[in-house]
Amino acid sequence: MRTLLRPAIVLFVLLTVLTGLIYPLLVTGIAQVVFPRQANGSLIMKDGQAIGSELIGQPFDDPKYFWGRLSATGPFPYNAAASSGSNLGPTNPALIAEVQGRIDALKAADPTNTQPIPVDLVTSSGSGLDPNISPAAALYQAPRVAMARGLDVAKVQALIAQYTEDRQLGILGEPRVNVLQLNLALDALKPGS
Amino acid sequence: MTVNGILQIVLYFVILIALVKPLGAYMARVYEGQPIRLARLLGPIERLIYRLSGIQPEQEMNWKTYAVAMLIFSAFGLLVLYVIERVQAGLPLNPQNFSSLPPDLAYNTAASFTTNTNWQNYGGETTMSYLTQMMGLTVKNFVSAAVGMAMAIALIRGFARRTAQTIGNFWVDTVRGTLYILMPIALVLALVLVSQGVVQTLDDYKTVPLVQATSYDRPMLDAAGYPLQDASGSPIMETVNVTNQVIAVGPAASQVAIKHLGTNGGGFFNANSAHPLESSTPLTDFLEILAETCIAAALTYTFGKMVKDTRQGWAILTVMVIVLAVGIFGAYAAEVNGNPKLTPLGVDQVSTDLNPGGNMEGKEVRFGIARSAIFATATTATSTGAVDSMHDSFMPLGGLVPLAMMQFSETILGGTGSGLYGMLIFAIIAVFIAGLMVGRTPEYLGKKIEAYEMKMASLIILIMPLIVLFFTALATVTKEGNAGPLNPGPHGFSEILYAFSSMGNNNGSAFAGLTGNTPFYNFTGSLAMLMGRFWLAIPTLAIAGSLARKKIVPVSAGTLPTHTPLFIALLIGVVIIIGVLVFLPALGLGPIVEHLKMIAP
Repeated sequence: MRTLLRPAIVLFVLLTVLTGLIYPLLVTGIAQVVFPRQANGSLIMKDGQAIGSELIGQPFDDPKYFWGRLSATGPFPYNAAASSGSNLGPTNPALIAEVQGRIDALKAADPTNTQPIPVDLVTSSGSGLDPNISPAAALYQAPRVAMARGLDVAKVQALIAQYTEDRQLGILGEPRVNVLQLNLALDALKPGS
Repeated sequence: MTVNGILQIVLYFVILIALVKPLGAYMARVYEGQPIRLARLLGPIERLIYRLSGIQPEQEMNWKTYAVAMLIFSAFGLLVLYVIERVQAGLPLNPQNFSSLPPDLAYNTAASFTTNTNWQNYGGETTMSYLTQMMGLTVKNFVSAAVGMAMAIALIRGFARRTAQTIGNFWVDTVRGTLYILMPIALVLALVLVSQGVVQTLDDYKTVPLVQATSYDRPMLDAAGYPLQDASGSPIMETVNVTNQVIAVGPAASQVAIKHLGTNGGGFFNANSAHPLESSTPLTDFLEILAETCIAAALTYTFGKMVKDTRQGWAILTVMVIVLAVGIFGAYAAEVNGNPKLTPLGVDQVSTDLNPGGNMEGKEVRFGIARSAIFATATTATSTGAVDSMHDSFMPLGGLVPLAMMQFSETILGGTGSGLYGMLIFAIIAVFIAGLMVGRTPEYLGKKIEAYEMKMASLIILIMPLIVLFFTALATVTKEGNAGPLNPGPHGFSEILYAFSSMGNNNGSAFAGLTGNTPFYNFTGSLAMLMGRFWLAIPTLAIAGSLARKKIVPVSAGTLPTHTPLFIALLIGVVIIIGVLVFLPALGLGPIVEHLKMIAP
């Protein structure tokens, strides 16, 4: 027993130095040199200032912007310092109420739209920070955004196509639209163009 | 199901199986001490570690010494992590100035990461300093995995050796597993993850402006921190405007890589691999799933190689892959059709190339249904417990799959190491049952299975359900336990059953609506995790020691071959009947009754 004590303690300390200090610092060093943008949160820069992250969604409920997924983070949506899903079970009345609430808000913002609503637009994401919506969810909102901005719907649809990413390597995941980048592109459009 | 969804599942299996032979053969060389190329680079470090720690690498241990070494090493590691968590406020690398953890949470987390469970009653980005994440949690991710692999190798040696007293050197197995297997793969994986957008920095959290400001209401507090109330007794609210977004970052990629490779599963961030900075693209999702399954799958080949009959390893792998595939397709089928309660509201849940469709609550758009189903099944079949979608929001039968996968005692691939030794115990029971049927003394790989082995194996298969069901029952009859669930009705029961299935099997995933950070769940959970790991590990090593001492019985006409389809079918039957059937009544009270209530008109 005594003979096992020293190896146990010294070995644990040495492995702590190796895997808890050298290894993460080595990864940090290489990452900061080779992939500095990704390693620091894939920030979107404008005039030297970070104006958001490509990978982190933001809350939108103005009709002139595309809206993202519902977010269950507290105390406000898209709190990127406290990620969380809703964890509501599939038969929980609170889930149905939340979905209905989003449907009502979408309908109130665009009463003329009678299309079925894509499911990702009325449900909460797992992280509460999902940067994406499906192409269907973006196309569903195109008429509203076009109307609110006085733009041609075709122009908005073209912008959606531009910010749509296909499945990765053609097979992995799902096609998706980056909501923040799409909204930033909308804001950057010259008035009247 | 869509064609693309099925393709994604098939692609995963093809690549996983392609990795088994090269990785498995490499691991056999590492543990058998044969020359490997990496030793030229890392050999001096290995020898330095032995010298400083006073380890004689050539000195082998009997099973009792091996077990005691493992226990002392694990206990000391638990203590160190506990201390780091308790004093993190005073340590460096704490840019967000997080306070130290309270004792019950610190103990639960220390037990959790020591046992390779990685159950988390805390949110990473709101609780843990960078130093705790690195020197506390990342370290445990490595060593708990290396310890699990060491124990599997010890059991393999029990089968491979004849009339031997020893089963290897615990220190050497742990060091070599860490240095030559886990660290190099984790390093490469971490860098690939970063290239895709997983963060790796020691900077403060980032602050960016919101394009559209938002606001929320919160109760006003008086000077003493108590909510102010109006005349009628309801709290007075104030509106808070939010114009900036604070984005949590940190040294995530280095931890995420080993979190998957070592089947640990404890997320850097609260949302785990659903978080876009922890798994940023479908490719990172794919690689994380591959990482958490590849060592467990490849160890079956290591096993075959070390017992000098690779067909035995392939047979074990076939059992694992068949059950895993059934689970993945089952979860996918349950999730892809969506939630019938939403259809009447006018929600479009049909999967197309423009719309992921299905049950998207708690799922990320970039992953969609198929990836989430693969992840949920793989993470619970192995003892990983990471999540890329919230299992609590799965359909009742979709959530049944991860629950059942854990209740297979983590033998369907299982944890790094612990999965293989779990499955080998079931193989021993399978040959015993077959032996009873034909009236012969059972043998496995030429070793007679006798009363001692069967006693130990019976302990192993009985302890886990006892832990899970006892604590679940305890929680459902106590006020403290019933305070946990978020969701009403049978789903609330599923949350409790899931929690103890997860902790008792050292998985770590959760139906996360359960409020686990209470003294009741912190304490009972720690017990379940420690018993689930060490009460199974000790009898396993006892079997290893007993088998090593035995002679090899020559193959005769009466020997049951253990690499044939017949044996594979028998083993699947044993795993299902002995492993999962004991949980059927409990599953009936949770997900099954919830499903029936849901589809009832």
